[in-house]
Amino acid sequence: MRPTHGFWRQAFERLRRQRMSVAAGLVLTAIALACLLIPMLSSSDYYTPHYEYLSRTPTLAGGHWLGTDPLGRDMLLRVMWGCRISLAIGITASLISVLIGVAWGAIAGYAGGATDSSMMRAVDILYSVPYVPFVIVLTLLFGRQVWLLFVAIGLVSWLDIARIVRGQTLALKQREFIEAARVSGTHGAAMITRHIVPNLIGIVIVYATLTIPTVILFEALLSFLGLGVQSPLASLGSLVADGASEMQSHPHLLIIPAVFLALITYCFNYLGDGLRDAFDPRDR
Amino acid sequence: MACAMLSTRGIVDVSDPPLLQIRGLSISYPSERGAIGALRGIDLELAAGECLSVVGESGSGKTQLLLAILGLSAPSAQVRGSIRHRGQELVGMRAAQLNRIRGKRIGMVFQDPMTALNPYLHVGAQITEVLRQHEGVRGRAAEQRAIELLESLHMPEAAQRMRQYPHELSGGMRQRAMIAIALIARPEILLADEPSTALDVTVQAQVLSLFRELRERTGTAIVLVTHDLGVTAELADRVAVMYAGRVVEQADVRTLFESPRHPYTEALQASIPRTDAALPTHLPSIAGTSPDPAALPPGCAFAPRCLYRLPVCQMNPPALIESTAAHWKACHYDGVLGKIRGDAA
Repeated sequence: MRPTHGFWRQAFERLRRQRMSVAAGLVLTAIALACLLIPMLSSSDYYTPHYEYLSRTPTLAGGHWLGTDPLGRDMLLRVMWGCRISLAIGITASLISVLIGVAWGAIAGYAGGATDSSMMRAVDILYSVPYVPFVIVLTLLFGRQVWLLFVAIGLVSWLDIARIVRGQTLALKQREFIEAARVSGTHGAAMITRHIVPNLIGIVIVYATLTIPTVILFEALLSFLGLGVQSPLASLGSLVADGASEMQSHPHLLIIPAVFLALITYCFNYLGDGLRDAFDPRDR
Repeated sequence: MACAMLSTRGIVDVSDPPLLQIRGLSISYPSERGAIGALRGIDLELAAGECLSVVGESGSGKTQLLLAILGLSAPSAQVRGSIRHRGQELVGMRAAQLNRIRGKRIGMVFQDPMTALNPYLHVGAQITEVLRQHEGVRGRAAEQRAIELLESLHMPEAAQRMRQYPHELSGGMRQRAMIAIALIARPEILLADEPSTALDVTVQAQVLSLFRELRERTGTAIVLVTHDLGVTAELADRVAVMYAGRVVEQADVRTLFESPRHPYTEALQASIPRTDAALPTHLPSIAGTSPDPAALPPGCAFAPRCLYRLPVCQMNPPALIESTAAHWKACHYDGVLGKIRGDAA
């Protein structure tokens, strides 16, 4: 008996053949592990100021490998915390937007008719809301809390996914296996959850991977504007913002978090591209 | 309620309604050039345990007929007439009610099992889904029933196949899975839309013998849509020949093959090369093409291609009448057929 080549395993096999995506995945895993472990293992913390060594440049001697910031806080720890926050926001907000977007798009596409039109017009209206001011207003209304940032970004980034999922659902609806399922009495929620959504998994995973860097950059923008994560907590965006004000005298404060930000977004984009190819069933 | 009202007037015989009764079924689609009739007044009946074969060329409305029975005509279709399942009217029935009949009382097998199976779900999940939908049976009990059914359909290594995806199965195995989906809830009617057309010849034979076995064992009534007269001869009790959205001839399979009464049926038969005679120098075919459904001739739709055409044929469409016992035909010409065979000899 031939071994079963499941959908996931086939996708994984195809992903493995793409060297760059594998490398991107490994880099991301390494960063994720590092930003989880390094703060846990370090005897120091990211928020206590140390006035005896302010703005040290990176050096292998003396324990501060990436130097310190103008308040004497260890940059390695701050950058790792920044990665933690940025990754957490990226992943959580993407999950929120995927959940809303898939449900919204699949229901609109499957229901069709007036339901579809009104749901998609709602998306069009939300699209036309300038979302940077929207998030700014939200943060001003509810105070500057980190969880609010997660929700606010998730709430504005599901629109693209809803549109893509709806388009795919419309195409899927024409496929014969949907008609075959209908013939055996499947309908409504069962049709959407059992037949439509599983067929969207590939595109949704790809899109989620590509949403993460967008969200991270959006958070960086908000933090750069002073609306995101508040000191002493750091995200990559707020670290870049802090570093930018010191770039004349201490360029490492800007360069180090900027490199991590670029590396993370670049790796997610590459991984997303690889996943897109891996989940394309025509590429068997 | 409409059903009860009609029955008190004596239009429907409630005491013993036929398993499936189709009366005056018409389906048309609006278009820029006016309504296009896909089906134009179909009358058919199916008795319990019977195999009715619906034969006709592409575009004659065979698939439209099957989908209409399940209430799955396209949203733009205008459906008129009546389809009764055990006396219960299916035309215009609410979707929630239809969903209890689809798959449970009436199952359907599609032509191409590759496109009709969900590529992202295990075959087993697709079979047991029907059980969960209609009988609330799930988990191991459902799986057990699916495996037993697959085994009775001669699926090799049925238990392992349950965990495989459609693309991992061969064409014949896929069609067996498709048939299992249609049969798992033990429907009394099986609609089969060219169930063997997309398969290799050897697999075709297997699938056909499967259908025969099925009838003998379970007594499921079958509506077999096909353009392959060989398949019809193998399986059917009764045959309805369709042309341009109408039934033009209907008889039991023996009568129809031995003494066809409609020129179209005769022409269809003549266009099958015979293996027991010398090969003809050219393969006979029916001259002309099937008519454009948007521009049907005023009289008989087959008249322009007919060898026995009478003046009346171009004016009035013939009605489907019982020419001899249980042999129905829609043709003005009452003489003897045989021109085509005569030409070939």
